[in-house]
Formats: sequence, structure tokens, C-alpha cells
Amino acid sequence: MKKYLLPSLKLTLVLIILCSILYPLFIAAVAKLAPGGGKGETLSVNGKVVGYANVGQKFTDDKYFWSRPSGVDYNAAGSAGSNKGPTNPDYLKQVQDRLDTFLVHNPGVKKENIPSELVTASGSGLDPDLSPEGAYVQVARVAKTRNISAEKINALVEQQIQKPLLSLFGPKKVNVLKLNIELDKIK
Amino acid sequence: MNTEITGIIVTFILTILLAYPLGKYIAKLYSGQKTWLDFMKPVERSIYKFTGINPGQAMNWKEFLKAMLTINMLWLVYAFFMFLYQAHLPLNPDGNPNMTADLSFNTAISFVVNCNLQDYSGESGVTYLTQLFVITFLQFVSAATGIACLIALFNGLKEKTTNNLGNFWQIFTVTITRLLIPLCIVVAILLAFNGSPASFDGKDTITNLQGDTIQVSRGPAAGMIAIKHIGTNGGGWFGANSTHPLENPNYFTNIVEIIAQTLIPIAMIFALGFYIKRKKFAYVIFGVMTLGVLLLLIPTVITEIHGNPLLTKMGITQLTGAMEGKELRFGPAASGYWSILTTVISTGSVNSMHDSSMPLSGLMQMLGMLVNGFYGGCGVGILNYFIYIIIAVFISGLMVGRTPEFMGHKVEAREVKIAALVTLLSAFIIKGGTALAAYYFVNHGDANWAVKPSAWLNNPNYHGFSEMLYQYTSSNANNGSGFEGLADNNPFWNITTGFAMILGRFIPIIGPIAIIGLMANKKYVPESAGTLKVDSITFGMMTFAVIIIVTALSYFPPLVLGPIAEYFSIH
Repeated sequence: MKKYLLPSLKLTLVLIILCSILYPLFIAAVAKLAPGGGKGETLSVNGKVVGYANVGQKFTDDKYFWSRPSGVDYNAAGSAGSNKGPTNPDYLKQVQDRLDTFLVHNPGVKKENIPSELVTASGSGLDPDLSPEGAYVQVARVAKTRNISAEKINALVEQQIQKPLLSLFGPKKVNVLKLNIELDKIK
Repeated sequence: MNTEITGIIVTFILTILLAYPLGKYIAKLYSGQKTWLDFMKPVERSIYKFTGINPGQAMNWKEFLKAMLTINMLWLVYAFFMFLYQAHLPLNPDGNPNMTADLSFNTAISFVVNCNLQDYSGESGVTYLTQLFVITFLQFVSAATGIACLIALFNGLKEKTTNNLGNFWQIFTVTITRLLIPLCIVVAILLAFNGSPASFDGKDTITNLQGDTIQVSRGPAAGMIAIKHIGTNGGGWFGANSTHPLENPNYFTNIVEIIAQTLIPIAMIFALGFYIKRKKFAYVIFGVMTLGVLLLLIPTVITEIHGNPLLTKMGITQLTGAMEGKELRFGPAASGYWSILTTVISTGSVNSMHDSSMPLSGLMQMLGMLVNGFYGGCGVGILNYFIYIIIAVFISGLMVGRTPEFMGHKVEAREVKIAALVTLLSAFIIKGGTALAAYYFVNHGDANWAVKPSAWLNNPNYHGFSEMLYQYTSSNANNGSGFEGLADNNPFWNITTGFAMILGRFIPIIGPIAIIGLMANKKYVPESAGTLKVDSITFGMMTFAVIIIVTALSYFPPLVLGPIAEYFSIH
């Protein structure tokens, strides 16, 4: 073993320089050209940063579109899922509670029109998106709370729908933070 | 839903289209032919000069393994102490604490062995220094170790009779300079331009529209996320791994990351064909492996798209499938696809939480890890598959009543014993570990430990058993994904899975290298009419049957107690 130890030590040293210093510094330098300069893309209102475009936030106010439930209460410094198994009785009760809460805040909405993402927690606890249905089903509540016509808000949701990649691959979605920022601009 | 299906089909096709030329490149690289990255040669020469390595020196299988094991043990010690004292070292903008000794033990092993089981959470459990100087570093070198060991196997298969499996240092070094780093640079830049952070800034604090104060963890993540996939490592920068919207920002990065982790394992199969000049042999292996993957993949995707039957019973419409633990931007198809690919190859990164998958999907994920040779991890996948081949050769020999041969070399008692031991060891680690944990959970639930055994599980019943079974399966397979509801950051789990990981790594590497070293040393027997045709589809099917039989015999009982029982409880 001895004759292998010295080369091992030296090779380790060289590779730390290569893989742990030069490589990340190079990527950080290139990323300065990326949107957000490699620090993450932020969204601002009146010049004040209100969030990261990709990182979901908790919205509980009736006047905003709600995000999905989160296993970590949208703690972006401690991401995680709920890790609830599909047959766990506590979990099923939790889903039922979310369903009931949603129905209380959204009178007139039928249970079968609530898409499942609104009553299930995401993998990261930071899901920034909803399906278009998940946004549409909240329009009546938002419109009523804000005293704005539902048509206007429906139009806004439609405008905020992001198509699948190249219109071909993956799901349609709506970014909740972007939607709520635009919502605040409607008079 | 249709765009989700086209998404995964195109991803799979793209992977193979990219893997084929990469396989050609890999074969050229290790046989010393000209490649377009030869401008790295001066860098390699100066590395050899500084380290005193003679890259041309031949190594037999024992020397090869000694070199590999020495440097790996060195990394283990280095990593252990870095984690233990990380709070006092620089580059810790978030002020994260030291690891406890048992967590440090587990984490050091986990990254040295390419497993990347994480009993800590990335945002709070490590510092930027340990993320880069330990974790990223080990993600490069552990992948290169696996690949180097596979090239030793290739060298043994290539020559008629030889003692020389190649020079470990040289193969290892060029793997990093001319395979891993170039691929990682491409992937990291794609990620950075799609929103993954790459700067050294610490946590950001923001006041949002509702007036709440939120904190967002960041860091130089893009480079690490690239090697985590290219090197089939799987350990995430953030706790939630590739479900995290900064670690995997959109559907495009999802495609990039899933292709990145599948790329080298598939390319290695093609490289095998080019390198030892038996293309048909490689295509048959590719066919068998792909068949295995599809058999696991298709039921999983269908199940996830259909959603949770218990939620359907509650009257919930699951237009977007089973959404618990999944991200909307990926949807159930891409999540199911990822969950199978990441378990058949030994990455273990996740873009959905496996603990919340449907029971059938959980079964398929575990089967992927139990076989651990359908594509498999960087290098080690084919080494595992080689063990199945040896067993298939042996059984075929028994059936026709001849001394079995593989590529002109007799396969005798010693080789078969090694192969059998490697196979049995996995069953022993996985079932033994799970049995031990279940014993403490049932009989000593109130033991006065850091976390009481009765508080380990996040889910009751069959699913709780699955959480324990999954943990040892993942550790032994060096996968690193988890049913993350398990409370695993405590001495019992840190220590037992630590041993499971280290045995599950090195025994299945030492075994095949010893077998090929012994076989390549034997007299070459020219092919005759009675020779077993190992590049035939018949032999491919024979290997497939061996895989199914070995896996079923070894693991059917625990699988019945976990995911299968859970499946029947809701159907």
C-alpha cells in the first residue's frame, strides 16, 4: 500500500485544485452572463425585489392566487416534501382538510373542479407553479375580494399560461408569483 | 397529458442518440487514439510529473485494486475530518454547524462510494467549502473510480491472455480531464443559463407581496448539479434535490439532467462493443438492459398518471396525476420516468419524492436498485451486469454439461464462487439490515436513543416497512435516493447504512476485477462449434432470466411485506 500512498496524496491535491477551485470558479464566471448573474433570477415591483422567479412562495390572502400546499411552509432555506405515503390515513385526512378549507374560501366551487395539486404538497415544498385549472378555479374568489370583474382576471390568467417546452414537451403551467404581481397592477 | 408522454419519449431517444457517439469517443479515449480533447494532454503530463506517476506502467489486477483502494481510503479520512470541523473553516456564509461524528462517518462514506445518501439537508448541514472541496470533489473522483474499474474489465476482455489490466492512475486521470470535466462544463452552463445559481453569495432575505419575510438559500450550485448527474452521484445541493426549483428550474433542465445521468452508463455499453471489437455483444447487452428498464418504467408512468385511487375515492379529480411529492412543471410522466431511470442507474437524485409515489412505483424503484445492472451507475453498472453474465455462463455450462467458457477463457470454480458471493452479499446486507431495523422498531420502540425507534417512520403499516427496506436497498446499491420520511440522521441509521454502503461499493468492484484478472491470465481457448455464443440473443435472454430468478429468489419476501402488500390494500 505504501508505494501507492504518495501518488494518492499528490493526485488528490491536484484534483482538488482542478475540480473544487478552478471548475466552480469557471462556472461562476460564465454564469455572470446568465439572467440574474448566477445569483438566481429575481422579480421586482417598483424596484423592490419581491421574490425569486423560480422559487414558490406562500400566498394565503384571499386577494391573491394561492400556491400549492407545502410540506415545509415554503421555507426556501429548508426545502423538503411531505414524504407522506399514498395510503397514510393521517395524510388522507390532511387532504380532506385542505379540500374543506378550499371550499370554505371559494364558495360555489364544486369539489370535482379542484385540481389535485391544490390539495397535495409538492416535492420541494417550493413549487412555483399551478396548472391553468388550478388558477382558473380561484378566479371567482380573487375577483370578488378585489371587486374586479372575473372576465378581466380570467384574461390575465390566460395571458400568464406558459406553454409546454417548444409547445410539445411537458405540462402547461402558471407561475403564481408572476401572476400575483400582474394581478396587483390591475385597477 | 400528451405533451408529457412525448416529453419522455423524446428524452429517451435523445439520450441514445447522444450516448452512441459518446461511446465511440470513450472507446477511442481509452485505447489511446486521437480525440478532439487531446489539448488536455499537457495538463495530464504535468499531473503525472508532479505526482510521480508512470502512466505507461502495467498493473495486474491486484496492483490495480491496491492503487484504487489506497486513494479511496485516503478520501474517506479526508472527508470525515472536513465534515467534522466544517463550521470553523472558511466559506460558510450561512453559519452552518459541524457534523456529528456518526453523520460525518455516514456522509464521508456516502460520497466516496458514489452513493450520495444524504442524512443531512443541503441548506443547513454543509458549508460551501464542504459542498465544493469534499462533495463536488468526491463526485468527480468516485465516478472516475467506477469508470476506471470498468476499463480494467474492458482491458481484460480485449486481450487473449494478459496480466495487464491497464494503469489505474492514467485511466483515472484522463477520465476526469477528458470525459467528466468537459461534459460537466456543458451541463453546468446550460443549468446556469436556466436559473440555477452559481455564485458564492449566501442566503438572501426578501419581503414578499404579502409582507412576509422569506429567506432563500443559494450558492455555487450549478457545477455541482452537473457532476451529480454526469457522475451518477445524485447528492443534491439543496435538501429537496432536483425537485428544488433552483436545482432543476424548468422542463428543459429536467431533460438536461435526466439525460446527463443516463448518458455515460449507456455510452459505456456502446464503448464496450467498440473497445473490445465485439459490437454485437454490446448491442445484446443494451437490448437486455433496455428491456428491463422498460418493464419497470411503463407500469410506473401509467400508475403515476392515473393518480392515487384513494384520492379518487374522495372525489378529487386528478387531471395532472398523483401530485403529492411532485412538481407541477414536470408532471407525473416525467417524474415517473426520472424515478425509474435514477434507480436503475445508481444516481439517486430525485425530481419527485419517492416516499409519496404509488405503491407499484415504489416496488419498481426498489427492483431497479435490487438488480442494479440495467444500465447501472458510472462503470459499476456493467461490472454488476458482468456478475450476472458469469452466473449465466455457469448455468448454461451446467445445462449442456461442458466446462463453461466466456470469450475464450474457462470459467471455473473460483470465478463462479466470487460471483455467487457478490450476489449473496447484497441479499445479506439488504435483508439483514432491514430485519435488524424492524426488530428494533417492534421490540425496542422506546429504547432511549437519539431518536426512539418507534419515531423512525413517517408512515404507518406496509409503507413504513418499505421506508426501512428502501433505505438499505438504496445504500447497498450505492443509489442514495430514499423514502425520505425515514428519520435517518441518528447513530443507528448513520452507522448501519454506512457499512451497507461501503460493502455494497467495494465488494461488487473487487469481485468482477478479480474474476477478469484470473480469467484473462488463463490460456486462450479458440472458439469451436461447442463454444457458448455470448453475443447471441439466446444468451442475452439467458442472462435476463438469471437476473429475474436471482432477484426474485433473493427479495420476493421483503417486497411482499412492503410495497406489494400496500398495493393490494388499495386495489
